[in-house]
Amino acid sequence: MSYCKQEGKDRIIFVTKEDHEAPSNAELIADDPEDPYEEQGLILPNGDINWNCPCLGGMASGPCGSQFKEAFSCFHYSKEEVKGSECIDNFRNMQECMQKYPELYPQEEDKESSSQAESDSASSSALSPENDATQSTSNPSPTDGKTAS
Amino acid sequence: MLRCRSVWRKLSPLARASSTLCRENARRAGLNNGRSVRVQTAHMSTGPAGGGGRQSQIYALLVGAAAVGGGIYAYQTVKGDQQRYEERMAHILSRSQKAAEQETAVPTQSEPPDVPETEPEAASSSEEPISLASDSEAAAPTEPTEPLSAVESTPASAKIPSHAPYLLIGGGTASFAAARSIRARDPNARVLIVTDEPDLPYMRPPLSKELWFSDDSSVTETLRFKQWNGKERSIFFQPPSFYIQPEELDSAENGGVAVLTGKKVTHMDVRGNKVKLDDGTEISYNKCLIATGGVPRNLQAIERADEEVIKRTTLFRKIDDFKSLDNVSRNAKSITIIGGGFMGSELACALGRRSTESGLEVVQMFPEKGNMGKVLPEYLSNWTTEKVKREGVKVIKEALVKSVTFKDDKLEIQLKDGRLVETDHIVAAVGLEPNVDLAKSAGLEVDSDFGGFRVNAELQARSNIWVAGDAACFYDIRLGRRRVEHHDHAVVSGRLAGENMTGANKPYWHQSMFWSDLGPDVGYEAIGIVDSSLPTVGVFAKATAKDTPKAATEKSGTGIRSESETEDTAVSPVASTAPATAVEQHRDNYGKGVIFYLRDKVVVGIILWNVFNRMPIARKIIKDGEEHADLNEVAKLFNIHED
Repeated sequence: MSYCKQEGKDRIIFVTKEDHEAPSNAELIADDPEDPYEEQGLILPNGDINWNCPCLGGMASGPCGSQFKEAFSCFHYSKEEVKGSECIDNFRNMQECMQKYPELYPQEEDKESSSQAESDSASSSALSPENDATQSTSNPSPTDGKTAS
Repeated sequence: MLRCRSVWRKLSPLARASSTLCRENARRAGLNNGRSVRVQTAHMSTGPAGGGGRQSQIYALLVGAAAVGGGIYAYQTVKGDQQRYEERMAHILSRSQKAAEQETAVPTQSEPPDVPETEPEAASSSEEPISLASDSEAAAPTEPTEPLSAVESTPASAKIPSHAPYLLIGGGTASFAAARSIRARDPNARVLIVTDEPDLPYMRPPLSKELWFSDDSSVTETLRFKQWNGKERSIFFQPPSFYIQPEELDSAENGGVAVLTGKKVTHMDVRGNKVKLDDGTEISYNKCLIATGGVPRNLQAIERADEEVIKRTTLFRKIDDFKSLDNVSRNAKSITIIGGGFMGSELACALGRRSTESGLEVVQMFPEKGNMGKVLPEYLSNWTTEKVKREGVKVIKEALVKSVTFKDDKLEIQLKDGRLVETDHIVAAVGLEPNVDLAKSAGLEVDSDFGGFRVNAELQARSNIWVAGDAACFYDIRLGRRRVEHHDHAVVSGRLAGENMTGANKPYWHQSMFWSDLGPDVGYEAIGIVDSSLPTVGVFAKATAKDTPKAATEKSGTGIRSESETEDTAVSPVASTAPATAVEQHRDNYGKGVIFYLRDKVVVGIILWNVFNRMPIARKIIKDGEEHADLNEVAKLFNIHED
């Protein structure tokens, strides 16, 4: 059973697993997915790509940023049956650019991380209208040195 | 100051006695003359017209003497303080190599403001000159800009661009986050970062944490660290190839981020939208960010001490400080850390680790009753102190440093309660002074409560000027005006400033978090206002071996815990390590839990104690800003018993 003690202005409660088994009755205010103040995920409510999403690392801001943006936009808005099939040129440009900076875009990871980003964006765009509470919308952060920037 | 108080105390009974004497006589005289009313109200008057005669004359003499005495005393105090101030300035000047000529101009300029403002009141005058002196001292660093602006600006050197659409002053975390944000939102943006450090932008947390735990002996050169799970990274945000050269800034087809190292912005012309560097070069801008961070504070006792003590003191902040402290820790026998906050405790634990291998004595001393005394509630602060001691640190609580001297090849730290500590090297971790040097020339407001540049909720100081990071005192819509000195805040505010510089107009809304690890067993993440003077409610469960910072980083694959929240999507998955071995039951009561900090019954801060990856819930609770009747119910949302 839980017990409680008070040390001056500080209250201390010890709880067992059973104490916390019952669902909480604390009320949280529902989130507004269209709230302009909130941090957005990869896809904005209006369908555009959020280039400032921390999930992209520094890919949209690095030396190959504009190539990446073109390629990814093309893919995102592509209505073809095989999504992105008309974007081959853009992706080739991006790859050529990235090859010039092997330090920033390690070659083995290059395809992996960009395809990862694509598949994740596809899944996150499906998810975003449903909920954003669990979506990784939170802190921006310094990029990982290994992933593409 | 104490002297004058005791003098005043001695004088006051005399004054009281004489005044009552006068009043009595006056009353007697008044009654005799039938003018009692007038005399009672005028009992302080020194004129002979009242009653009294001789008594009132004596009283007048006394008051006159007191006034003259007070005036002489005040004058002498001011003069003495002036002398002391000038001596101290001269002492500091003889030590400092840079700006020596400029600062000698300051004492003469500060004299006129001191003298006319003294008052004859003995009690307060001694405080006035000291505060005035400190004011003019604070003004001193900005004074040198006057003589500089008089100098004709030299033509910009070929390497430095004369115009940068986005100019970021300062090359730290906030600046880099802003640069990235600007580049993401404004295609082909040209961003120039000007920093007085010799290094490209890097992150500071590993300097007091991971870099010390590295097995690599060349860590001071590579500045790479292997995290618990083997994943390695550099403290630099990006390798040099990410940036373009400053001279390429104008010509680069797709723009880019250029970093100008080793240059300090000394003057800001807001009307002309340009800045001046320490070498006289002028750079104009369209939008400017001030992310100048801060300078470590020092103890007065050390500033006053002599050269030998200063040489053996580290004010820890930069890469160079890390390198020199690392060197010291390999050679010295004893290191003392003064300060019980985040940095002091982290360094103490890091050095304490080393002490087990090398026999280095690590001492930590601070005025509070326990480590993190200003952040954690007392019971938790005590518990943390025990953990720190277990890391091999000798903790000296409630220690106020009186003086530091160099004797027999050792530093002697004299505490105010008489204790004496002998050591080889001191690390002073007593806070950060925000760098507001540019406030004067730029005409920017400096906040008197929190320090730093005062900016609005959108981080804007004036048109085209934003401030982010440690130096920004901003308006937090939810929690009120504050200034935050944490890594994630620098990232969040830098990012927001970058967004607003490219036209977003968003206020500070996404609450930044911070974290600290004190050894492998104690780790916590926190968000909001976490001040131990607030009432708290802590909900705890027993911890298992899985609830340690080590386990948290293994799971998330990153040591920078603010990242674990966001980088999952685009980062390739990290091979998971072997699961934790036997589940240990920790004896301690405060193994893991959640602590709520309340202000007017609303939760304004939350600490997740050895409970990881639940920050979004904490953020949500603070964002809501609701009054919750039962915080145990709120604590249930965190599922503290689960992994």
